[in-house]
Amino acid sequence: MQPQATYNYKVVRQFAVMTVIWGIVGMLVGVIIAAQLVWPELNVVEYLSYGRLRPLHTNAVIFAFGGCALFATSYYCVQRTSHATLFAPGLAAFTFWGWQLIIVLAALSLPLGFTSGKEYAELEWPIDILITVVWVSYAIVFFGTIVKRTVSHIYVANWFFGGMILTIALLHLVNSAEIPVLAAGILTPKSYSVYAGVQDAMVQWWYGHNAVGFFLTAGFLGMMYYFVPMQAGRPVYSYRLSVVHFWALIFTYMWAGPHHLHYTALPDWTQSLGMVFSLILLAPSWGGMINGIMTMSGAWHKLRDDPILKFMITSLSFYGMSTFEGPMMSIKTVNALSHYTDWTVGHVHAGALGWVAMISIGSIYYLLPRLFGKVQMHSVKAIEVHFWISTIGIVLYIASMWIAGVMQGLMWRAVNLDGTLTYSFVESVKATYPFWTIRLLGGVLFLSGMFIMAWNMLKTIAGGQAVNAPVLQPAAAH
Amino acid sequence: MELNDLRSVFTVLSVVLFVGIVWWAYSDRRKKAYEEAARLPLDDDSPFVPPAPQVKENQERKSP
Repeated sequence: MQPQATYNYKVVRQFAVMTVIWGIVGMLVGVIIAAQLVWPELNVVEYLSYGRLRPLHTNAVIFAFGGCALFATSYYCVQRTSHATLFAPGLAAFTFWGWQLIIVLAALSLPLGFTSGKEYAELEWPIDILITVVWVSYAIVFFGTIVKRTVSHIYVANWFFGGMILTIALLHLVNSAEIPVLAAGILTPKSYSVYAGVQDAMVQWWYGHNAVGFFLTAGFLGMMYYFVPMQAGRPVYSYRLSVVHFWALIFTYMWAGPHHLHYTALPDWTQSLGMVFSLILLAPSWGGMINGIMTMSGAWHKLRDDPILKFMITSLSFYGMSTFEGPMMSIKTVNALSHYTDWTVGHVHAGALGWVAMISIGSIYYLLPRLFGKVQMHSVKAIEVHFWISTIGIVLYIASMWIAGVMQGLMWRAVNLDGTLTYSFVESVKATYPFWTIRLLGGVLFLSGMFIMAWNMLKTIAGGQAVNAPVLQPAAAH
Repeated sequence: MELNDLRSVFTVLSVVLFVGIVWWAYSDRRKKAYEEAARLPLDDDSPFVPPAPQVKENQERKSP
């Protein structure tokens, strides 16, 4: 008898393991730069100075940690809900090695000072081209698998993953349009954007906010729509709401970018448009959050002793918090206080640590034992410890940044009776020190949790064996 | 008709389309199909923890 066809778990395993590894690397860099703000003397050499490490931190956590988590979960979900193995397995392997190469190149080029200066798109043109090649391969593998499916319906999680893949391709191609610099007839790795002035700023934040909206939101919502029902053992609360959720995000997110450019040279009407669409976004965001959390309806007791569910449901709570905070901060008058302060940094980390990292961690904890032939992780207790240590870390992080941010905003706008500024900038820096120290502590706690996860992962792998589940035959499909 | 009129038309069409999607998603006609769709990931009969000895990594390539 011929051996039964199995799902391609190899590439899922590779990406799942690297999610944890890059999570540690990216968050470690975050802890280092947080320490550099508290102790500036830690800026020892230019290569490891704050200015060069900060983009390395953001790229590593978003694209290395978050990216690997998205690849792993989308490749797993699309196979199991399509009842088909990955299309073009060779290309799927290429997406793994290509993505790792991009990450290594980023980790080398950013400290060396190569940057295009565009936030979340700092990598220079040769790496941009490589990203395009890998991303198009990802799209071919993902959508090829959907085409191959032996069930008629395309499950909603795959719509979110697919929306993420298409939109990121569009964003990357438009924002990274750049002209390399020729020096003495030789092509250099340095380039300049084809856009200039306020158009450049608008394109950049159209990209930047949609990177948040589609990479960090739609993709991870795909994760939510598959892994929360699976871990809870219940179907999603409302499937029709999930359909409306998807289209509402697609129709509104694209317009929110201008809220990053309030009170700048951007035309006023564009700023107001960005603000209004950001406020509208509250509806689909909360609809999706409620849909995820209410999936637990009737099974709330499972939260008591399942730390993986705790990660997932807490991540949805943070998603709700940060998608309430975001629209509020996009209101021009609130933004006048919050912009350029640590409030923004706190908001970003409520989303990044609370939502993105926690839903990824929960999903990877779900995946790892299944990829290595185990019923559960080596230590469920360690997951529980990881959950509490990271939750406390996030709370310390965002609470300190809220206080610091509002304080900075108030100090910067304070004026004396004669119209002069009450505080010099450096006074606000000095006042922020204690909060930066608390933030550092929060970051250290969150990073410690990742080390616990890595230990747990290694133990699970050591006690397990790489296995692939058989593909469900069409006849057996429901 | 100038370009800005087309933009307005596109915006209005988008809103109409979106309202149409909401109406369609919540119509009774879709109820049964969506209930089945919601069960799709859960009604997955392939083992979630595959037995290790039978299906090993190196069989991936041999499979049809």
